[in-house]
Amino acid sequence: MRKVMVELSNISLNYHTIKGETEAIKDVSFDVCEGEFVGVIGPSGCGKSTLLSIIAGLLKPSNGSVRVNGKVGYMLQKDHLFEWRNIMQNVLLGLEIQNTVNENSIKNIEDLLERYGLSDFKYHYPNQISGGMRQRAALIRTLALKPDIMLLDEAFSALDYQTRLAISDEVWTILKNVKKTAVIVTHDISEAIAMCDRIVVLSKRPAVVKNIYEIHLTCDLRSPIGCRKAPEFKEYFNEIWKELDVHV
Amino acid sequence: MYEATQKISKEHREFLKKVKRKEIAIKITQISLLIAFFALWEIAGRLKLIDPFLFSQPSRMIKTIINLSKDGSLFTHIWVTLSETLIGFALGTFSGIVIAVLLWWSDFASKVAEPYLIVLNSLPKIALGPIFIVWMGNGEAPIITMGLAISLIVTIISLETGFKQVDEDKIKLLKTFGATKFQILTKCILPASIPTIMSAIKINMGLSWVGVITGEFLVSKAGLGYLIVYGGQVFKLDIVMTSVLILSILAALMYVLLVYIEKKIIKWQ
Ligand SMILES: Nc1ncnc2c1ncn2[C@@H]1O[C@H](COP(=O)(O)OP(=O)(O)OP(=O)(O)O)[C@@H](O)[C@H]1O
Ligand SMILES: [Mg+2]
Repeated sequence: MRKVMVELSNISLNYHTIKGETEAIKDVSFDVCEGEFVGVIGPSGCGKSTLLSIIAGLLKPSNGSVRVNGKVGYMLQKDHLFEWRNIMQNVLLGLEIQNTVNENSIKNIEDLLERYGLSDFKYHYPNQISGGMRQRAALIRTLALKPDIMLLDEAFSALDYQTRLAISDEVWTILKNVKKTAVIVTHDISEAIAMCDRIVVLSKRPAVVKNIYEIHLTCDLRSPIGCRKAPEFKEYFNEIWKELDVHV
Repeated sequence: MYEATQKISKEHREFLKKVKRKEIAIKITQISLLIAFFALWEIAGRLKLIDPFLFSQPSRMIKTIINLSKDGSLFTHIWVTLSETLIGFALGTFSGIVIAVLLWWSDFASKVAEPYLIVLNSLPKIALGPIFIVWMGNGEAPIITMGLAISLIVTIISLETGFKQVDEDKIKLLKTFGATKFQILTKCILPASIPTIMSAIKINMGLSWVGVITGEFLVSKAGLGYLIVYGGQVFKLDIVMTSVLILSILAALMYVLLVYIEKKIIKWQ
């Protein structure tokens, strides 16, 4: 049995505003094991970001319990690089906040920048580099803190389609190579099937778990782009599509 | 947006030339207009089309400048007004920033202060002049206070709005790193608001001139505002016009300096 990294049991969360109470999450339970990539998919506004905030410890659930084994790294929808900082200063941000900038951590960052092709752009400002590079810089900023669990909240949805395919493939490979655990929120069913080992389908708000799919694809090269040709891909897609029950 | 190192094509060179030519034409026209304005003024005075006694004249203004420089009093007046403006401006801007930060820090304080800020903002600060004079005497203090008061409230309001407009997700990002409120302020809110702060500073500079000159109109023994009032009372329009001219040059220089500083600070744009 693999080590459980995230354990959610009967989580619920209500938001309170003057206008009233919003039941965002009703009853969600699932586990994430070490090295596993779990996709979370569901209709918009159903509480996916809220769920990640709970895992990251930014929000306390109204009910239920969360156990997280290890450090969490969060990647948001936009890269949120600070435009007044150059790339180097941006990737150092998390370390600065945690007061852990030292020779070792800088060396680690230099390595990461080098490995992911950004070392020539260290002193560029975010608006001087492409969207794909910005997303990579944001990834390095998160990896610099050596998280055990990565939370990706529609981390690629601000990119154009081609870049999105390429970057998600790249990020997947990077994260698998360093054996991270990941929870990936996305709207894109194909992206979820391509990147994840398991997919949790949530219902409309208030979110409950509708179904959990184990993804087994037969392909030579298990990478998001490589496995899109797998024969099972379409079946998973159709099943999840039906499960989501989208009406427009 | 990578550095373009390829050779510039002929078409592009033509385009650049055209842009450049237009820029030069604009500059030449601007300078010519200025020269023409002063030349016409001078000629109209000489031909007695306007009365130089009421309208003054460039040549008479130069004479006035020379006369006032002889005993050094011109520089005293300039220095008095300039220093009052700079002090009032600096105090107003600085305390405005500090108060805006405090209001950002405490949502409760911000809500409490809101109606007061709205009322104070709509009050013409000039009306407070006589009160300042009664309280502080007829030295430089009430004048500096005018320079301060006139820019304080706008600074608070515009910065507080600016602080609130910083992207929530940027703050969320810092929170995922475990940032404290103070770190959120220094790493994100303040640097993200530098453009807002710079534009507030530019507006404040202009407002402080207004505050100080008005203050000098009300009570003063020196300064350009004093010169203007004095010149008006003794019907020496040369002194009035000269002072106004010097004032506009000073204000313009200050503005150019601020724009230059802004460019130096905001190097990421
Ligand atoms: N701070 C808040 N206060 C009140 N209600 C909130 C707050 N944040 C989110 N909500 C509400 O809670 C529900 C779930 O929000 P959440 O952002 O988690 O959904 P999501 O699944 O991530 O949506 P999307 O697909 O649009 O990203 C939404 O209906 C939203 O309006
Ligand atoms: Mg969301």
